[in-house]
Order: sequence, then structure tokens, then C-alpha cells
Amino acid sequence: MRIPSWIRQHLAAVRALLVLTVVLGVAYPLAVWGVAQVPGLRSHAQGSLVSADGRTAGSSLIGQSYTDKLGNPIKKYFQSRPSAAGDGYDPTATSASNLGPEDIVDTLPDPKLVAADKTDENAKTSLLTTVCTRSKAVGELEGVDGSRPFCAKDSGVGAVLAVFGDRDRRGGVPHPTRVVSVNEEEGVVRAPFVASYDGVKVELAKYGEDYSKGLIVPVKGDAPNKPAVPADAVTASGSGLDPHISPAYAKIQVKRVAEARHADVAAVRKVLDEHTGGRDLGFMGEPRVNVLELNLALDRKFPVQ
Amino acid sequence: MSTTVAGALFALSLVVAIAVVYRPLGDHMHRVYAGTRHSRFEKVLYRLIGVRPDAEQSWGVYARSVLAFSVVSVLFVYLLQRVQNHLMLSLGFKPVASDQAWNTAISFVTNTNWQSYSGETTMGYIVQMSGLAVQNFVSAAVGMAVAIALVRGFARTKTDRLGNFWVDLTRGTIRILLPIAFVGALVLVAGGLIQNFGSGHDVTTLAGQAQHITGGPVASQEVIKELGTNGGGFYNANSAHPFENAATWTNWFEIFLILCIPFSLCRTFGRIVGQNRQGYAIVSVMATLAVISLVLTNVFQLMHHGTVPMAAGGAMEGVETRFGVSNSATFATATTLTSTGAVDSFHDSYTSLGGMMTMFNMMLGEVAPGGTGSGLYGMLVLAVITVFVAGLMVGRTPEYLGKKIGAREMKFASMYFLTTPMLVLFATGLGLALNAGREGMLNGGAHGLSEVLYAFTSASNNNGSAFAGLSANTTFYNTATGLCMAFGRFVPIVFVLALAGSLAKQGSTPESDGTLPTHRPQFVGLVAGVTLVLVALTFLPALALGPLAEGMH
Repeated sequence: MRIPSWIRQHLAAVRALLVLTVVLGVAYPLAVWGVAQVPGLRSHAQGSLVSADGRTAGSSLIGQSYTDKLGNPIKKYFQSRPSAAGDGYDPTATSASNLGPEDIVDTLPDPKLVAADKTDENAKTSLLTTVCTRSKAVGELEGVDGSRPFCAKDSGVGAVLAVFGDRDRRGGVPHPTRVVSVNEEEGVVRAPFVASYDGVKVELAKYGEDYSKGLIVPVKGDAPNKPAVPADAVTASGSGLDPHISPAYAKIQVKRVAEARHADVAAVRKVLDEHTGGRDLGFMGEPRVNVLELNLALDRKFPVQ
Repeated sequence: MSTTVAGALFALSLVVAIAVVYRPLGDHMHRVYAGTRHSRFEKVLYRLIGVRPDAEQSWGVYARSVLAFSVVSVLFVYLLQRVQNHLMLSLGFKPVASDQAWNTAISFVTNTNWQSYSGETTMGYIVQMSGLAVQNFVSAAVGMAVAIALVRGFARTKTDRLGNFWVDLTRGTIRILLPIAFVGALVLVAGGLIQNFGSGHDVTTLAGQAQHITGGPVASQEVIKELGTNGGGFYNANSAHPFENAATWTNWFEIFLILCIPFSLCRTFGRIVGQNRQGYAIVSVMATLAVISLVLTNVFQLMHHGTVPMAAGGAMEGVETRFGVSNSATFATATTLTSTGAVDSFHDSYTSLGGMMTMFNMMLGEVAPGGTGSGLYGMLVLAVITVFVAGLMVGRTPEYLGKKIGAREMKFASMYFLTTPMLVLFATGLGLALNAGREGMLNGGAHGLSEVLYAFTSASNNNGSAFAGLSANTTFYNTATGLCMAFGRFVPIVFVLALAGSLAKQGSTPESDGTLPTHRPQFVGLVAGVTLVLVALTFLPALALGPLAEGMH
């Protein structure tokens, strides 16, 4: 009996897929795995694990967070970048924040819940406020200026105004009637980051009010264009597992780490220099510091309880 | 050395490397597809598959073979996911939900590799390496086979035979992709990528917290994910994950893998039609568009306009320290200009205009240089359209490589070009009109619109990258992007093969004074111009509502 051609084609397709699955989906990955067992490749293939005090302490390729149970930085350790992977540096939930460059308006929390030290599920912190808050915290921890452009100095949130009034042809508001600092909440913040705008008194934002009709204006302020706290210290990485920080971020942490370890600042700086890598071949990637390797070296050299 | 200079050198070294492999790789691929001998191993494979390797097919049979193979592949990958709890190495994961399994199956079979799932919590190792990674190989080989069939259409005369799909599929896989992948995988392991079958290690960090270091056959999958312009990551964080892209030079190597086949196929094209200069013309069009896009994306990212990038002092959100802004922008350009969609940094957090570039790259139709095979056939269709447009403008006979471009050819070419924009714009409109579509947005306003536009642009062009803030694992997005991926892949393939069949039937028209030369800079400029004008006319309104509205102050 002749098999119709459309069935023959599907039979060939099934057989082709099965044959290729054996070659490409079983033999090939096993072969790669087999060759990767040779010394030199094996440790990589296993995940570049590092040990300390006789136990496995992680992977030199995977970042860790150096915080205590309450989430506060442990002072004897150099700190990693912020992470969007799970609760931070969780390899089972790798992720970036995916928030956009103009994500600058917060959804404010219920002040009653804030007063009771609870979190409001419906509140949403914008990327701008997140960056500003991180910068302020890092500045305070390391004793450097934590101010940044577009950040309110005292409240540490994004400096963003909603400007109300008739629009001109280009969408601007030439004669504002009302101005609200949208990320600074009444009852949480005492005074807005700027007293008046275009001659109009700036109000604090009230919980539950809708400011979407206003023109959203981020205010740059007078903070330096190159802030003391570097960019990688206030932004989350792509994987959430970034094992590196920039040399600039490491540099501002030296003093605090040395103090916590009762060590000489110059000696800690020397260890840091040994763990600072330039661009590969002089032009690939960026200069960087592997935080886990650095902290392990410090634990060996300047142990503290 | 400043960041800008280092970034420029990084990009330049890639250009040089691609130029170096253009001839040897292109010539090798020519030998593979033009050769008449079968190796002993291949003969065994053909017997197991049950085909006669020397029997050539007409365009209709070739197309049906492509479709049959793809349908069977979708069913197989779907089934694997649905029964993964019964498989070895499943890590205890549950079966994948039906809508997500369908989306993922379509996604990998169509060479899109859009991911609505998170690898580390959804897919066991068997599904990854025997389901998804196998499709990484064969979907790339299918793209190359279709491209070669179209090129044969130009090269052959008065025949209805375009080659044998099963032979082209087998040879592309066994003689081109597999050897490069095998060596490349070991190179990546040397760079720090993992390749094991363990379920990972539970460790206690220096701070005393628990951390689970994941395992998996990553290197063998990573290399073909780039080489086959697939893009589906082993992990959610894709090529930003240190286990997928450990070092600055693995980043370079992965970009190189993405670009090497799509560019070098132009050489293969030139060899098959017997005029290398035609290959150089097509590769020049691709390279021109790619370099312009590369420079613009880098400039936009390094200038870091926009509120948050200025507040941060650099566009570092979603960017890894080891790669930095410039190398990440170069990766982003390569991955969106080809139909790869792997990411080493997150486009959703790019500056408005940098993010727009990644979208615009895909809107070019994945032709500069485009996916493995699909880039070449896409560009050849654009060349056909250009010849026709130029013919209309100056009154010359529309001919390309000795073939007359008549009404029938133009119908196939125009329908090819119209398919993706229709899918993108219709689906984006639907996504914005329906609650189910709007609920998926993470960001508000213009950026939310960009997220939806990006999703459907990516799916319909079989790219697979995302403005990843979009919650894509909903019934609506799984279904809608799945349909876009399927139509965006197979409808154009059928038109391309129909075009090939129609060209092969013709005789060869000798060149005359009226023939537009198609190997000169003038033609390169014309094709690039036609591409840009077509894309701009189609997508500018949509871009104006999204990234342009956001980025212009």
C-alpha cells in the first residue's frame, strides 16, 4: 500500500526530530561535559566555587549581599551593588528591576500604615526615588556627600513636581496655579524640597490624591553632576548577581571597612588594589573589583569577630 | 583609556573579527550546501530518517517539509514540558502550564526564543537540553536551509527543483553548527561558564545567609543560543547571568558568535550565484545599517539623557559592572539587529532613545544582518523590492541576478514584507485596547506603551528580547505572542520559497545596457534607503507614541 505523501513527510519529520534529539540533545551536551572534566576546566564547569574555613562560601562568579538579618550593611565587609534578584542576590530568582528611565513618580503609602511601621501593599516606589534613597544611605554609611541631581536633599526621594494650570501650545504651563511635590508626602516629610516654583508655593503630596493631570517636572537641583556616590552603587545590575563593583565604589568604602577591622586604612587600600582589575586586554569591559574575593582576602588578613 | 575609546575599540575588534571569518566561513558553508557527497555518518542519519538524499524537491514539497518538521517539533517540545515531572533531572519542577508550554514550544521552534518563563524555576535539565537546545540548533538550520533554497532559486534556470530540505537541515546542523558549538562551548567553559548535571550547591555566604548556587548544562546551550541567533537563556537573567556570560571576553565572544553566520552567509550567497561581488554588495548593506545603529545606540547610552540615568550618573540600571554601558549597548545592538534576543543588560531600563534603537533594529525586519538564514532571505527580498522600485523610477527593466522581477515575484516579495508590520501593529493595538493587555505593563505612560510595542515587535520578528517589565506570562500574552511568532516565522518562509520556485523556473536573462548593476555602491545605498524608508513609514507613528514621546523633552 502506498502511504500518502503528506503522511510520509510527517513520518520523516518525526524520525528526523528523534534522531537529531539524540545527537544534539543527549550526545552533544554529554560530550561537552566529558571534555570539561579535564583539570583546569573542571572547577569552572562546577561553578567556580570558593571555600573559606573549610566550607564552601559561594562562587567567585556570583555576588552576595553582606547585610545582617535586619538588612543593615555589615561594616567589616565591602558592600555589593543593589540587587533585584529575589530578596537580593538570590540565584533562584535572577532579575533586573526593568524600571524605565522616566519612572519618577511614586505611588505613596497610607501614612497611617507608615506610622504603625507597616508596609502598604499598594504603594510603589519609583526608580528615581529608589536611586535617591540608596544614594543617601550610602552617603551616610561611608561619610561622603550622598546628594544627586533630581534628588530631594532632606527627604531623600525623587525631586519631582506636578505643575497645574493652563497649558500652552507646546504643552508647558506658563502660569502655574498650583504646584505639588509628588513624592514628598504630608505627614511623612516636613517641608517640600523647594519652597516655591514660578512664584507659587509648593505643597506636599496628600495620600490618595491624583496628580496625573499636572505637568510632571523633575527638578535637577544644585547637586554635582558627578556625585560622590558612583552610579553602580545606586543601580541594580542586570542579573541581580553582579559579583563586581566599580573601583570608585570600593574606594569610598575603604575607610569604614578599615575602622570596623581595626586595620590601617593604607593596608586595606593595598588589599583593594591587589583585587582591582583593569579592562581585559586593555579595552574589554570596565575596571572592577570582585567583592567576594576581596572580602575573603580581608577575612584572612584582618580577621575580626 | 576612556570608556568611549575602549568601547569603540571593543566594537572595532568585532568588526575586524567578522571581516576575517567572512571568507573562510562563507566558503565552508558554500561547500556544505553545494557538495554532492554524503559522509558515512550522514548516510546513517538519512537511513534513520527514511529519506533519499539525492531526490530534490519542488518549492511546495520543500515548504511542506519545513512545516511538517516544525509542527512535529512544536508538539514534541510542548509534550516534554507537560511531562517534565516524570523525566530525569527535572529538579522537582512541576509540568509547565499549558498556555506557557505552547508559547515556549512555538517560541523555540520559530527561532524566536521569547521567554515568558524563568529558566531557573521552571525548566528541568532534560527540557532545556533535549527540548529547547535541540530547537536552538534545528530552527537555525531551518532558517539557513530556506535561505539557501532562495539563493538556488536565483542560481538555477528552468527547473522546479530547489534541493532537499532534509539534506540541507542535516548538513547545516552536523557540518556547520555542531562543530562550532562544540569548540565554542569549551571556550566558554574556560571563561567560567558551568557545564554539569548537578542540582546545585547550598552554601552559607560570608554574611551567614543561605544561597543556592545553581547548576546545569549551561555552556553547551549558551553557545548555540548565540550561534543560532536564538536567544533563549538558561536563566531568567539571560546573558547578564555570570554563569551564562562570565567574563568581559566571553561577552565579546558571544557577540561574535551571534554575528558570524548571518554576515558570512552573504559570501555563501555570492559563491552560489557565481559572483562574489553580489555577496559583498549585500553584506555592505547589512554592515552599513549595523554600524549606524551601533554608533547611535552607544551614543544614546553613553550620553545617558533622561531623569533616572542623569540622577544615577550613568545608564547603569540593569547593566553589569564587568560589561559596563558601552559593551552592553554593543551587545544590545547585535542581539536586536540579528533575531537573537539574548540580552546582557536590560533594555527596559535603557535611556528612552537607546531603548528605541533596540526596537528600531528589530523593526528593520531582522535583516542587518538578521537571523541565521532569515537575515539573508529577508535582505534578498528587500533587494528584489529595491530593483523593482529603481526600475520604476528610471525606467529600467527590473532584473536581479539575471532573473526578471515580474508581477508574480513582486506579489510574493510585498506580501513577505507586509506580514510582520501587520502582525506587530495589529497585535499592539489589540494589546492596548484590551484590559488583559494593559494589565501586563510594569511602567506607566509612554513607557508602558513601549513595553507592549516591544513585545509584539520582538515576537513577530522572531527576535525574543523584551522590555522585560511586561508581565508576559498571562493567558493573553502567551497566546497572542505565540500566534505572532508562528505567523511571523512561517508565513514569510512560505512566500520566500514560493518566490524561489518562481525564480528557478525562469531562464537567465543576459545583462544588457538596461540592467541596473547590483554590485555597486549605488545599489547598496538604494537597498539601505528602501529598507529605512519602508520601516520608517510603517513604524514611525507607533514609535512617536512610545519612546520618542518619552525621550523628547
